[in-house]
Amino acid sequence: MSDNRMEVRQVELEVLRYNPETDQEPKLQKFTVPCVNEWCVLDALNYLKDNLDPTLAYRWSCHMQVCGSCGMMINGEPKLACKAMLRDYPGTIRIEPLAHFPVERDLVTVADDFMAKLKRVKPYLIPGQPRTLEDGEYKQSPEQLKRYRQYAMCINCMLCYAACPEYGLQPKFIGPAAIALAHRYNQDSRDGGRDERQEEIATNEGVWECTFVGACSEVCPKHVDPAAALQQVKVASTVDWYLEHFMSWVKK
Amino acid sequence: MSRRPYVREVSPTSWYFRMPRYMRYMAREVTSVFIGIYTVILLVGLARLSDGDLAYQGYLAALRQPSSIVFHVLALAFSLYNSFTWFNVAPKALPIQIGEEFMPDSVVAGGHYVVWVALSLFILFWAGVF
Ligand code: SF4
Ligand code: FES
Repeated sequence: MSDNRMEVRQVELEVLRYNPETDQEPKLQKFTVPCVNEWCVLDALNYLKDNLDPTLAYRWSCHMQVCGSCGMMINGEPKLACKAMLRDYPGTIRIEPLAHFPVERDLVTVADDFMAKLKRVKPYLIPGQPRTLEDGEYKQSPEQLKRYRQYAMCINCMLCYAACPEYGLQPKFIGPAAIALAHRYNQDSRDGGRDERQEEIATNEGVWECTFVGACSEVCPKHVDPAAALQQVKVASTVDWYLEHFMSWVKK
Repeated sequence: MSRRPYVREVSPTSWYFRMPRYMRYMAREVTSVFIGIYTVILLVGLARLSDGDLAYQGYLAALRQPSSIVFHVLALAFSLYNSFTWFNVAPKALPIQIGEEFMPDSVVAGGHYVVWVALSLFILFWAGVF
């Protein structure tokens, strides 16, 4: 078997450019970039910026699928540029900023909306009972850890928002990752903040905006399965509603 | 340096053409319309039944029209498609943790199929088909 991993080939990139100071609207710009076969799309962009056009703006940090900052549309799919391998893209590669977010410049989007939503769902432990240092650490069994572990894997890359058509149509929707994170804390045995989070997520802007397209889970690079989290929140909220309206004598 | 974020509009009427997975979603949603129409036809049947024998015979005759038969075959196919797609995603909404492990998706989805078949057989039996 021939090893062509280090082979260099000319890769055609079509990159959406937008300069807020001079451009009325974004337009695609073509580049031909000499790429090593085993590079990822982010490597190609780095080469482009270092050697062909230093004005290109995009976000990245870790180059290892942890920081969540290099999300972009690659041939129309939301992807991490450091996870998308060039060998999987034989033809021209179209690179655009993440869908559904305003474009700040080139491939950089405005993430303020997502940040505000994250904050709203209180993604941190809210202890049910006050606890002092003397009480010691919280203990958690492997079973209790497993209840939420998958949802704790989120790296806030926002690919799920770029995939979600509901978010595209109704930007008020709190959206997949933020609700999945709320669910992550609700499922945590150390947490007592579910009622506070329900105020935000068991609403029309919360889970009830979701129609279970499932696109978020298909694109998530960390297998968080936010769609599953949202459906579970729907089921639990429905149970709450019945308990409250028909069986108020049952203690939650 | 001035900020002037550019907003790319999403078309409210044609967004689902953008990706095959959106089309799959629309297929699931559109098939449910046929289930809705079928339910209305059943309700009309009940109303006719309460109107007396003559009305009900007219309703039955209408059901035997070729167009009605074509509709029912389509509605059956679409409702099967709709049910399959929902049963297959049911494990996402109802994870069952026993001890440390979650039950495999196939068991949760399988349970839905078993209950579905059992209920269908019961109703067919009750309606005197067997
Ligand atoms: S849920 Fe997945 S796709 Fe969404 S922000 Fe978290 S890691 Fe990214
Ligand atoms: S650069 Fe950090 S996730 Fe891609």
